[in-house]
Amino acid sequence: MDLIVFYLFATLAVIAALGVVALRNPVHAALCLAVVFISLAALYVLLSAPFVAAAQVMIYAGAILILFVFVIMLLSPGVDQGAGALKWQRPLAAVFGLALAVELILVLASAVLPAARGQYTPERLAQIGDVQAIGALLFTDFLLPFEITSLLLLVAMVGVIVLAKKRVRS
Amino acid sequence: MSLSVPDLNLRIVVPALIVSITALVVLLGELVTPAARKRWLGYTSLIGLLIAVGATFGLWDAHATAFGGMIAADNFGLFLTLVILLGALLSVLLSVDFLRAHQVEHGEYYMLVLSAVVGMIVMATATDLIVIFLGLELLSLPLYILAAFKREDGPSLEAGLKYFLLGAFSSAFFLYGIAFVFGATGATNLTKIAAAIAKNPSGDLLLVGAGLLLVGFAFKVALVPFHWWTPDVYAGAPTAVTAFMSVAVKAAAFGAFFRAFFVALPGLAMDWRALVALIAVLTMTLGNVAALLQSNIKRMLAYSSIAHAGYILVALVAMGAQGSSSALFYLLAYTLTNLGAFGAVIALSDGARERLEIGDYAGAAQKQPFAAAALTICLLSLAGFPPFAGFVGKFLIFSAAVETGWAWLAVIGVLNSLVSVYFYLRPVVQMYMTEAQPGWDGSATLTTRIAPLVALALAIAVVGVLALGLFPTPAIALATGGFVR
Amino acid sequence: MPIDYLPILVMVVVVIAFAAIALTFSALTGPRRPNPSKLSPYESGMPPFGSARRRISIKYYLTAVLFILFDIEIIFFYPWAVLFRQLQLFGLIEMAVFVIVLLVGYVYIWKKGGFDWD
Repeated sequence: MDLIVFYLFATLAVIAALGVVALRNPVHAALCLAVVFISLAALYVLLSAPFVAAAQVMIYAGAILILFVFVIMLLSPGVDQGAGALKWQRPLAAVFGLALAVELILVLASAVLPAARGQYTPERLAQIGDVQAIGALLFTDFLLPFEITSLLLLVAMVGVIVLAKKRVRS
Repeated sequence: MSLSVPDLNLRIVVPALIVSITALVVLLGELVTPAARKRWLGYTSLIGLLIAVGATFGLWDAHATAFGGMIAADNFGLFLTLVILLGALLSVLLSVDFLRAHQVEHGEYYMLVLSAVVGMIVMATATDLIVIFLGLELLSLPLYILAAFKREDGPSLEAGLKYFLLGAFSSAFFLYGIAFVFGATGATNLTKIAAAIAKNPSGDLLLVGAGLLLVGFAFKVALVPFHWWTPDVYAGAPTAVTAFMSVAVKAAAFGAFFRAFFVALPGLAMDWRALVALIAVLTMTLGNVAALLQSNIKRMLAYSSIAHAGYILVALVAMGAQGSSSALFYLLAYTLTNLGAFGAVIALSDGARERLEIGDYAGAAQKQPFAAAALTICLLSLAGFPPFAGFVGKFLIFSAAVETGWAWLAVIGVLNSLVSVYFYLRPVVQMYMTEAQPGWDGSATLTTRIAPLVALALAIAVVGVLALGLFPTPAIALATGGFVR
Repeated sequence: MPIDYLPILVMVVVVIAFAAIALTFSALTGPRRPNPSKLSPYESGMPPFGSARRRISIKYYLTAVLFILFDIEIIFFYPWAVLFRQLQLFGLIEMAVFVIVLLVGYVYIWKKGGFDWD
């Protein structure tokens, strides 16, 4: 059952991701991106991480996608006409992209994850709760990354004001 | 469930902490400082950076980790911290009057520079891939904004957007690499990764992960073929910002690059060494050849910075204590020299009008002899002439390569240095042997007087370049520091 | 447990099926007699003007980015609140550091007029 759901959403995610890249109309691409985000949330649920799934829906499918749509409306580009100047890049990009894809697929298809299984099995997570597990790691072992994040968010706030806010000339 | 807090050992992160607090103070200061006194925010930044320098020296030989092995103070990381702080100090000195001249005197500038410095220190001292990634982001995000800081200026905005898009792209590569390495080893801590590789040395998953990490680093330090963004970003960004990012980013990113490959992935050296050597050859050669063709001095210095990244990569190939110490010395020498060169470009400009084309430098030596002399010394040092710092740096790296059996790589490096002499001397010839061009000869505002802070920065750079070239021993001794494992 | 989310999956399937059936069915069976006012976009009774593709102001973008930043903060607060008692004083201090940094940002945005529309 889990496996069927996994393949359902994984396939959906891959198809929608291809849509993001391939569709010419940016609004359609953004809608495909929403499908990608929600499919990923479903995969997180399958991995016994419902909190991450909820965060994925709230932040990515909710906030970040809205931002993308705003940017699309901000630029109002209509339908992409295709690159003009650097036409030679297209075949080159296709070749390298395909090579990377084949390489990654071969590796991922042949490899069994060699690393030891971590301590957080689904049973253990069900027992302690996934929010608790994430919190316990975030606020002890990963405290430094957590505090760095606050500075990163601060820089983003300053950046928005510096670049997008009308300056009052004095 | 009981929670155990890891050993924080906060004193290890004191330099980064001081710079962070200074950044917050400057940001709040921006709100209360009247427009005429914005330069005081620059002075505040200088004080914060100087205190951080003192704190870094206080940690020398500490050789300890903090936050449960997430970050470390070893002499390798501390040396790079000093290089980064030095780069930031000189950049702020260059910026104070630059911002006024270009009418973008806002306190956020200093706050963003300081935040980027925090990210750089974190990246250079981190011992965990997650923290390295966060340091990378924390240094990149402010630089995207700084590149676009002259937001009424088309090229500046283009530089910011280009840097942002390609930077985001490279971050994705880096993150994907971390995921693969984690899948293969079950760890993000560099020491634990090395232990896992020692136990189970083969694995395609790991190789792909290492390759993706290499791509991520290559983007940040501008190695061929991931260098395409560099000329446009360096040329479009405000000159003071270009000066800062051309040196400090390299110090931080190469620090994490060396640490990741020396501490975590030496077990894969057979696999990556030849590839990195090839990238080094391509980077040196393409950087120097492309620099030959430039007529814009900022683009020329951009390609020159690509070539220098190639030289430093030779030290990575050489590996071992010699590889890391020669790279450290080179980064210090390069920081002083390149900041001196960009500082001279700023000093030689006429208010907001900069000498961007190499032809603009005609006759500059008569009008502004001090700045012209500084530019000459720095360009000669970049080309690797004795008795300047650049020569000693190149000598150390190439001899490290020869002694570890990579003599052919050193030969290619030397040949490249010879090619580079031609384009480094072009502005010098213009300044000393050509008559000034109309537009640059009779300008009333163009004076021999250089703004005091710019002069101070230039003096520090020039004295540093000479001191490192004539008496390199103390700096070499400092640069021999190893890694915490 | 993933199985607890089965109702959501069922609901997703039902929603998609309902939308698909309703649209197909009405398209197949409904009469089609178009006239200009029926074909015009429905704007709650207002006559539509201009193109929907016109560019919007950058102010919306400013609001959206600030929303995202504070949204991300909340995600960090949630597990912290769940573990509040176990983390004890240490947890309070680490969250205080996080919040103070962001509070500086909040004050900055406020003073710069980032929350004002003009």
